[in-house]
Amino acid sequence: MGVVTFTMDDVQYSANEGDTILKVARDNGVHIPTLCFLEGLSPVGACRLCLVEIEGSPKLFPACTTKPAEGMIVRTQTERLKKYRKMIVELLASEGNHQCAVCVVNGHCELQDLAYEVGLDHVRFPYLYPAKTLDASHKEFVIDRNRCVLCTRCVRVCHEVEGAHVWDIANRGINCEIIADMNTPWGESDLCTSCGKCVRVCPVGALLEKGATVGELKKERGFVKVIVTARSKHEWITVEDHEEE
Amino acid sequence: MSKTITISPVTRIEGHAKITIQLDSKGDVADVRFHVDEFRGFEKFAEGRLLWEMPGITSRICGICPASHLVTSAKAGDHILAVEIPETAEKLRRLLTLAQWLQSHALSFFHLSSPDFLLGFDSEPGSRNVFGVIAANKELARRGIRLRKFGQEIIEILGGRRIHTPWTVPGGVRDPLKPEKRDYILSWIPEAKETVMIALETIKSVHKKYQKEIPEFGNFRSLFVGLVTPDGGLEYYDGVIRIMDGTGNLIADKINPREYFEYFGEAVEPWSYLKFPYYKPLDYPQGMYRVGPLARVNICDYIETPLAEAERKEFKKLGGRVGVVNNSFYYHYARCIEMLFAVERIEQLLNDPAILSDHIRAQAAINRLEGIGCAEAPRGILFHHYRVNKDGVIQRANLIIATAQNNLAMNRTVHQIAAAFIDGKKGKIPEGVLNRIEAGIRCYDPCLSCSTHAIGSMPLRVTLFDADGILLDEVVR
Repeated sequence: MGVVTFTMDDVQYSANEGDTILKVARDNGVHIPTLCFLEGLSPVGACRLCLVEIEGSPKLFPACTTKPAEGMIVRTQTERLKKYRKMIVELLASEGNHQCAVCVVNGHCELQDLAYEVGLDHVRFPYLYPAKTLDASHKEFVIDRNRCVLCTRCVRVCHEVEGAHVWDIANRGINCEIIADMNTPWGESDLCTSCGKCVRVCPVGALLEKGATVGELKKERGFVKVIVTARSKHEWITVEDHEEE
Repeated sequence: MSKTITISPVTRIEGHAKITIQLDSKGDVADVRFHVDEFRGFEKFAEGRLLWEMPGITSRICGICPASHLVTSAKAGDHILAVEIPETAEKLRRLLTLAQWLQSHALSFFHLSSPDFLLGFDSEPGSRNVFGVIAANKELARRGIRLRKFGQEIIEILGGRRIHTPWTVPGGVRDPLKPEKRDYILSWIPEAKETVMIALETIKSVHKKYQKEIPEFGNFRSLFVGLVTPDGGLEYYDGVIRIMDGTGNLIADKINPREYFEYFGEAVEPWSYLKFPYYKPLDYPQGMYRVGPLARVNICDYIETPLAEAERKEFKKLGGRVGVVNNSFYYHYARCIEMLFAVERIEQLLNDPAILSDHIRAQAAINRLEGIGCAEAPRGILFHHYRVNKDGVIQRANLIIATAQNNLAMNRTVHQIAAAFIDGKKGKIPEGVLNRIEAGIRCYDPCLSCSTHAIGSMPLRVTLFDADGILLDEVVR
């Protein structure tokens, strides 16, 4: 496997061919903020929070999908990047209905953490207060589109890990929203195995466990201990079960 | 030529309001209105939210008594889940409710109303506030502030934060009480009891000092409404509704709070965002009733704790032969009796070993599509009524708040005080009279942000109009 050497924030790093800038950064303790990225899922470069500067190019590049080249000079924390990252969080805040005070993930939310990180003390853009829907038809889970940031982690985890492909994105632009089974109520989905992976990977309170109260939901985003086999719905084999066998 | 006097903003109350006084052509007070000019619309934007979020959402209505909304909302949730919550959960919710009473009553008595008692209605307005009290009687002010802190600390220990804790949930509460925290709360009891006794002494001395004012402070017969235990004791969390008239007759008793809508209606007037609840069988506006400390201490047959019960008996003597105290000034006295009850009852609850159990939450799905929660908030009986779909999404919410239920009585009180103290021929309201009107409102300790489910902690304005609607005088602080 080939190795490339490049400079990131004035420090030289070696990267395996195929590694992204974000991977090298994380492996070496360089913090680059992310939202749509989740290790284990394919990167989509959608949220633009991990944008970095590459010397010689006026464009900004998402660190989660960009691979370093030999001799490349990368900067991750310039004033321009900080300004854009803050603006991205402001835009996310203004285009949804994010009421932290009464949200189920208050205190355990990636968007909230990002807001703190970028120093968001107010939002310069007018709030849109979009009329979004909430679907509580599933027996165990709820999707509240008011809080969705369209990171598509749920879409990817359901397709790539669970293999069910319940979730998709409907509409375009500001009207984009996450739908189940070609836009049917989640509770009526034929594909959903109720594994709950989408809820666990959702960075905000858009996907939640039914019955969660304000600030109560803490999402475990580590190794998923529940796997679903070809058995019927709700018949889970956990890692613990497997180990016992 | 008639005139209208407006007092705006009304100070040292929780919320924003104004008072207009209409004089007739002879210069006598013709009409007085207590306007609440805030609007927020909580009932509307709760629609579409999940039942489980409602305690957290509705507690945001108010920063003074969030715990009351929290408990009442969770009770409506219990009803919809059709669960009986664990014994410990009920005891902890009771503890929270009493802590809420204590901190709110302490705020009303020491911070908001004691400046009138201690410094006088005619004292310099600039120092007639809690800082004036600190200057005049540092020890009393300090004790009052600490008593409120005691209530706040209990709320913080139970819910993790002093205001807007989401700790009470449909099915129970979220976290148990730890033994060392219980012991810490218990260590406060002697001081708290002592402070309440001092408050009681203070209010009794005020009764002697203001014999001229008191008869005009909302002294009229009305219905009294509140919760009592099934055998008639003072109640704050559960129980049945009792309705008593101003002469002590029980108009209705043992009403299931979940049937409140059979008995109470809400009228609307174009000049105030605060609705006017009334007792349906007597119709609007004759169905005026009072809720809160005065009502609760009037309607109950006994108080289960000894010191508070002894005070209740003394209180009853003020009501003469019928034993019903109709004068709103005695809200303060009733409030002090309730503070004493709260401290005594908190001690009892904490000494019950069951309070420490960690079985505190019942789990259930949506089992009913409609639920009603009812509890006694510091200012009176509070109802939360939700309708949900089968998935637990709120379709309709109705909240009837204590202060709103006192709305008719507050208007009547303001009218009575204005008529007694205002000489309309002068076309102006002297400062001391202005404050007497405000003090009349303050008897009820109204929380206007709650009652209109509205935002704000702004004080009140009074305007004076003549019969032709011409503004003669306006006082804004």
